[in-house]
Amino acid sequence: MAAIGKMWKHSTVRLKIGFFGVVFFLFLGFVVYLVPHDDPTLFDMWNVYAPPSRDHFFGTTALGQDIFWLLINSIRNSIIIGVIVATIGTTVGVLVGLTAGYLGGKTDRVLSAVTDIFLVIPSLPVLILFTSLVQGGPTTLLMALAIAIFAWAAPARQMRSMTLSMREREFVHTARFSGENAFKIITTQILPYSLTWTLSNFMNAVLVAIGMEVTLAILGLSPATLMSLGNMMRVAQSYNAALLGHWFWIGAPVVASVFFFVSLFMFITGYNDYLSVKRGR
Amino acid sequence: MKASRYILIRIVMWVLTIWMGVTLIFIIPRLMPADPIQNMIAMMEHQAGPMPAAEREAMVAQMQRQFGLDESLWNQYTSFLLNGVLRFDFGPSLMNFPTPARDIIFRNLPYTFGLMIVSLIVSWTIGNIIGLLAGFRKDKLSSKIMESIAIFIYPIPIFIIALVFQIVLGFVLGWLPISAVIFGEVWSAQWISTLIRSAALPMLTLVVLGLGWWIISMKALSMSTAQEDFVMFARYRGLSEGEIGRKYVLRNTVLPQVTMLGLSMGGVFGGSVIVENVFNFPGVGRLMLIAVGASDFNMIMGGVTITIIAVTTATLIVDLLIPFIDPRVRRS
Repeated sequence: MAAIGKMWKHSTVRLKIGFFGVVFFLFLGFVVYLVPHDDPTLFDMWNVYAPPSRDHFFGTTALGQDIFWLLINSIRNSIIIGVIVATIGTTVGVLVGLTAGYLGGKTDRVLSAVTDIFLVIPSLPVLILFTSLVQGGPTTLLMALAIAIFAWAAPARQMRSMTLSMREREFVHTARFSGENAFKIITTQILPYSLTWTLSNFMNAVLVAIGMEVTLAILGLSPATLMSLGNMMRVAQSYNAALLGHWFWIGAPVVASVFFFVSLFMFITGYNDYLSVKRGR
Repeated sequence: MKASRYILIRIVMWVLTIWMGVTLIFIIPRLMPADPIQNMIAMMEHQAGPMPAAEREAMVAQMQRQFGLDESLWNQYTSFLLNGVLRFDFGPSLMNFPTPARDIIFRNLPYTFGLMIVSLIVSWTIGNIIGLLAGFRKDKLSSKIMESIAIFIYPIPIFIIALVFQIVLGFVLGWLPISAVIFGEVWSAQWISTLIRSAALPMLTLVVLGLGWWIISMKALSMSTAQEDFVMFARYRGLSEGEIGRKYVLRNTVLPQVTMLGLSMGGVFGGSVIVENVFNFPGVGRLMLIAVGASDFNMIMGGVTITIIAVTTATLIVDLLIPFIDPRVRRS
């Protein structure tokens, strides 16, 4: 507890705001979600375009679906997709980066080239191709996997440069000269030190993945039955909710994503600042 | 590193990137459980009623032959590389039969690239100037305000920015068309004026999105450069702050930003796909989405392949500018 208190004292305003924002959205998606509610995908044609009331906090859609619970479910699903992609992307990225940075030489050159290539290839056209082929039936997991194809390159690159500088540190030399093998040095000496940066990479991958899901959903390439922030916006947009003045319908996912993305980003940059200050001291 | 060696490495990487990209898009459809031919036949049957089993079989075989799917994987791969990547021949577009997919894509490509290049130049220039000032004079109130705005803009998905502009500038204020309408003979006065009016909102969206990133990255770069010893030394020599900013900080920060410009091409293309679809702008991104809706597989493959080649080539061109900017690469 004392460590957390100390961390709190040294953190910047940005980190604090970001932290509370992220916690708030996690609360919405995983605690508020548990409150018993009707399935928000069900239609209720007697109740279309209902204004906000006690039964429907944010009113209802053109199909009589409850906007508030749609939003809660969407936040939850978007976070889940983000976490799946980030877990795959960060794990692969960290492994590739650690291997390239520690082994060096030919392995490093090949792995770095592949990483650079994946950073340059425009991901959206490839994802459009991928999702168009499974049209009608892309499952959430399949789409997360597709996004993850491009999610590992950025962490890999950062991890490589981290490992390169780490390799020259005293304790790594000591471990090497006392006869530890490469695998053990990487897992017990270098990895623990880079975990803090890995966390920041992970959060960044979550941000990128949720953004990519929103993008694909807007283009109509996300699974149609999936309740996500992007799909909510697309459906509202296809009913011209903004032009007809149904502000809660289009506004709820838009405002929620803006605040979610900004607080996540503030959390990441604030955390990075905190880390570099801590390293400097 | 010698300049010629640098250029050679870049070109090798360019070829490798294209090769890796097109191999990826060759493999993906073949790993999919869904069979595009079965889909197509199902669609035909949906429209024209079911057909007898024997006819169905013959149809499948005929289509497999037509699309070259009865050959071995290796032959399919080499012919894809030869015809698709080298000659841009993807067969006829199925929704505009029999016009080759290539012709339609190349007709749309200039719109996308015009959008990308103009917005990149504008946002890169303005963003770097603001970022440089914000990082170099980081204690000023204006710098802090600018950075806060950038932090607020950067993480927002581009669709939301496009939507806000569409509603506020296009619908509520009615200054600009909410959907692109371009007509008239190409290069006629009418065509140019409708093009500019139609491109204004998509471009503005891309510029605003880019600004956030360039301000944030440039601010971080110039802030760390401003703390270097040589900047300190210049200050002790009595140079004015403006001179230090121009001659020392700017020169050392512009280079990483040019490299970043090359790397950002793919992302800007992704942004362009979104704004084209929001504003109905006639670029490749919108074309590809229409092709997806019409199950025009040749067009999708052609669009994806050509955009990958075009975007990596744009990245290569930016990378090749570096020896002209950086004397270290040029001379040593």
